[in-house]
Amino acid sequence: MLTVCDLTVSVGPETSPVDIVAGVSFGLAKGEILGLVGESGCGKSMTSLAVMGLLPQPGPRVRAGRVLLEGCDVTQLQPWQRVEAGHGRMAMIFQEPMTSLNPVRRIGDQIAEAVRVHEGISGAAALVRARELLELVRMPDPKMQLSAYPHQLSGGQRQRVMIAIALACRPQVLVADEPTTALDVTIQVQILGLLRELCNRLDMAILFITHDMGVIAQLADRVAVMYAGRIVETASVGALFGAPRHHYTRGLMDCMPSRNSGARRLPTISGQPPLPGTVAAGCVFALRCAAVRDECRVAPPPRLEASQGHEVLCAFPLAGGGLP
Amino acid sequence: MSGNVILKVRDMMVSFSARRAGRKYRVQAVDGVSLSLAEGEVLGIVGESGCGKTTLGRTLVGLVQPDSGNINLKGTELIGAGGSGLREMRLSVRMVFQDPNASLNPRRAIGDSVAEAADISGIFKSRAERSAAIAATLTAVGLNPSFAARYPYELSGGQRQRVGIARAILPTPSIIVADEPVSALDVSVQAQVLNLMMDLRDQLRLSMLFISHDLGVIGQISSRVAVMYMGRIVEQAGTRTVLDHPLHPYTRALVAAIPKPDPSERIQGAIEMGEPPSLFTRPHGCAYAPRCPMASDRCLVDVPQLRSVGADGRTIACHNV
Repeated sequence: MLTVCDLTVSVGPETSPVDIVAGVSFGLAKGEILGLVGESGCGKSMTSLAVMGLLPQPGPRVRAGRVLLEGCDVTQLQPWQRVEAGHGRMAMIFQEPMTSLNPVRRIGDQIAEAVRVHEGISGAAALVRARELLELVRMPDPKMQLSAYPHQLSGGQRQRVMIAIALACRPQVLVADEPTTALDVTIQVQILGLLRELCNRLDMAILFITHDMGVIAQLADRVAVMYAGRIVETASVGALFGAPRHHYTRGLMDCMPSRNSGARRLPTISGQPPLPGTVAAGCVFALRCAAVRDECRVAPPPRLEASQGHEVLCAFPLAGGGLP
Repeated sequence: MSGNVILKVRDMMVSFSARRAGRKYRVQAVDGVSLSLAEGEVLGIVGESGCGKTTLGRTLVGLVQPDSGNINLKGTELIGAGGSGLREMRLSVRMVFQDPNASLNPRRAIGDSVAEAADISGIFKSRAERSAAIAATLTAVGLNPSFAARYPYELSGGQRQRVGIARAILPTPSIIVADEPVSALDVSVQAQVLNLMMDLRDQLRLSMLFISHDLGVIGQISSRVAVMYMGRIVEQAGTRTVLDHPLHPYTRALVAAIPKPDPSERIQGAIEMGEPPSLFTRPHGCAYAPRCPMASDRCLVDVPQLRSVGADGRTIACHNV
């Protein structure tokens, strides 16, 4: 469905570019949810914007690599060119729905606008479809809410509206960038349930970006862990949580309070993630890795296949014995 | 746990006036909260956004004036105590804010920000004493003393939050009110800052009111938890009791909604647990009744009061438990 090969996103002058996403590759199958997880600044949002063709301009650019939607390269196409070329069936939702919605237009009109762009139907028919979409996202009282303004809705309801707008193009791929981070856990659990349901019902693939390992465990089928612009580990969600092979993944899981209930102190990962452009030769995680060896500082680590479908970017990965 | 009680809050009410659609409303942010805090104890306050947990914390440090109620700190009544009471409150009850970027003055050197409260109260006799105190405080929060001469933009998010903690502990307070102190931090940095706060709690015998929406974080640091909903405490008990055996239907929903970092413990199927009602249209009776699967007729008219249930000092406000 969606294949990303060696995607490299850079900032700075052409002569000395700084790679903020460095050679990211992953695939997304029909109806699959891939979780892309990492800390702030690791390049996960830039990856999602590059996939959508929404990188801010002027600014970061795709320097190398390809984004293939059903075999067609859409890397250099702007969003409207994608729609014209018939590759418009991708949509994105963001963290803060209030900044994505127009505050002075009714919800129904905003959904209908997206419907008209993608389906070329009249205003009245588009409003009917808008109401169907609100029902699809389980909005309470959808008929009434068509005429509501964004400020009259709660945060969870606004995110449902954003999902309805995203569904207007009948997407094959939905890119969700931290869609539940600004929501309370009680609302988050409902939105995650909704995304899972839509994924099954509409056979839609979801690229789900988050910093929260708990959300990943609840939702994703497969996981890609990003660090300093690189994917350092990819595995099925069961394999990753059962036996992480990269030291960073293991560190991330260990320092979650909810995995440590009762422990006196939390394990930590020392130091900070490196700034883009400051990574010298060798492994990007070498500076913070507890199991670092001399080789790690010299040569970039190989991408090893730990088991079927479980890849790790590390010369000395953890044994697959599972967590204690 | 039952050590010396140093802070007692009774029946605190806080409201704000707001305007909506041309009409004036009175929004009751904190609706009769009572709590106590013992020396060296961390009380976690948890609830959804808008439940009044931040307003409660801000009232304790004197940033918000309550409509009524008492705050008693080590036997001294702080509400209505005037200038000296406020001064006492501001030096012994200190706050750590969520966003260290917003709470540090970008044009002020770190050392000056850290010493601000002490400077105002005039406790330093000499410049040398001041520099020594700043250096000691920065060291206590795990920063190099040379950071005193730096500016906030030179620091990472985790380092800034350490500065936020440093300025709360100089001069040494008895109580820290920490309002979502690790929510803006990445998980690896969050663990470092939580460890620091636990160290300070033990070394300085600090009491803390730890406000967070994250039950995982609360479970790590606090010994007791109070769950707030629509301005009221609905359940309070020891941390493990609340997290492992929640009784109030709202606490049960909150605990069930935590995304567990284990794919084998997935929440199955669609979950409907509703949304908090608007503060402008507060339900009669129990505020949770419209969302509650156990609600009976009585819940719609009669506001449940906190009462003791079972062991571990548990109190709960529900008719049906």
